[in-house]
Amino acid sequence: MKCRRCRRPAVVEVRRHNAAFCRPCFLHHVREQVRRAIARHDLIRPEDRVLVAVSGGKDSLALWDLLLELGYEADGLYLGLGIGEYSARSGEVARAFARSRGVTLVEVDLAREYGFDVPTAGRRGSRSTCAVCGLSKRYVFNRAALEGGYDVIATGHNLDDEAATLLGNTLRWQTEYMARQSPLLPSEPGFVKKVKPLYRVSELETAAYAFLRGIDYVVEECPLVAGNTQLRYKQAMNQLEQASPGTKAQFLLGYLERAAALFAAEDRSELRPCERCGQPTPGRFCAFCRARAQVLGERLEPVTDRELAHESSEEVLPAEVYGPAAVGGRPS
Amino acid sequence: MKVRLRNPDRELDLAGGRRVREVLIELGIDPDTVLVIRDGELLTREERVSDDDRLEIRPVISGGAA
Ligand code: SF4
Ligand SMILES: [Zn+2]
Ligand SMILES: [Zn+2]
Repeated sequence: MKCRRCRRPAVVEVRRHNAAFCRPCFLHHVREQVRRAIARHDLIRPEDRVLVAVSGGKDSLALWDLLLELGYEADGLYLGLGIGEYSARSGEVARAFARSRGVTLVEVDLAREYGFDVPTAGRRGSRSTCAVCGLSKRYVFNRAALEGGYDVIATGHNLDDEAATLLGNTLRWQTEYMARQSPLLPSEPGFVKKVKPLYRVSELETAAYAFLRGIDYVVEECPLVAGNTQLRYKQAMNQLEQASPGTKAQFLLGYLERAAALFAAEDRSELRPCERCGQPTPGRFCAFCRARAQVLGERLEPVTDRELAHESSEEVLPAEVYGPAAVGGRPS
Repeated sequence: MKVRLRNPDRELDLAGGRRVREVLIELGIDPDTVLVIRDGELLTREERVSDDDRLEIRPVISGGAA
């Protein structure tokens, strides 16, 4: 197999582009996709201070590396979830990466700062482990970015992640969440701008990129992942992709280009400050504070039916954390 | 040929003398969901492997809500 650009022996095949690349051309290809995604949606301005949400996995470390390569001022944020060996190893690789590039890694430990870890929250609360974990991540990232004076939070969501989330939201017609599915969520009072610069890069590509750049990342899965619905949607999409390469990209990018705007009106949450922590929320207390109170056995006021309905759906983006959408501009 | 699979970690002994594609078919693995690594290099599906190679087959799917 030959490199599409230079005809030397290829090391990575990208079937949806019907192409293969040698190492230097592949790295160039990934950087170009990210550079174009950033330019097309105005995800990051050159003078922005970026906070990258770093989990220690391939996507977030590849993203951090790419943003640094593209010349952005990007610090990392690592959130200690307290998931045994897995978290210990994740923290190590995140620190090692920061050291090797001479960049800053901000660290927050969930148990130390907020009094609970993810396994405990999964056992005690009413939400699934992954739901409360995702909720905590979004909450802590936003708060850390606000407090650190960052202009934008970048997360490593790739094409496969986004296509799987869209599939899940579509299967349940969760139009409010669909409205918020965008590579760019503009800043709102109390919410820092959030971007997903890897939304056009597949999971295979981010893994190959991290590997070819010599980035040590955690290959092991989180031990709590079993039963994660996101994973089932990914597997379903992969079957379709295998039969006809390009399906995932068509599904996601077609949605962003032609359908997302139709759902923008679905996003109409009115926000006010959480009475416990001050973060914006549609109710009296934000979802994070309610989840935390439940795990710690504290009592907050009862919630409305609408809030309860939100919580019963898992692996979605709580309005309290993401804020109102504004599906930014016309993607692509 | 020694093949190391990840998540969970395990090692298999498989015949070499064929292409990566055929090895993946034998294992029932979709080539778009793994990196195939030999001596620190990535291999495409068309690459030939031999009996004394050591391969790592590393999944690229991660499942958490990020
Ligand atoms: S798999 Fe679930 S619990 Fe584990 S890190 Fe991902 S979201 Fe958190
Ligand atoms: Zn090339
Ligand atoms: Zn709160």
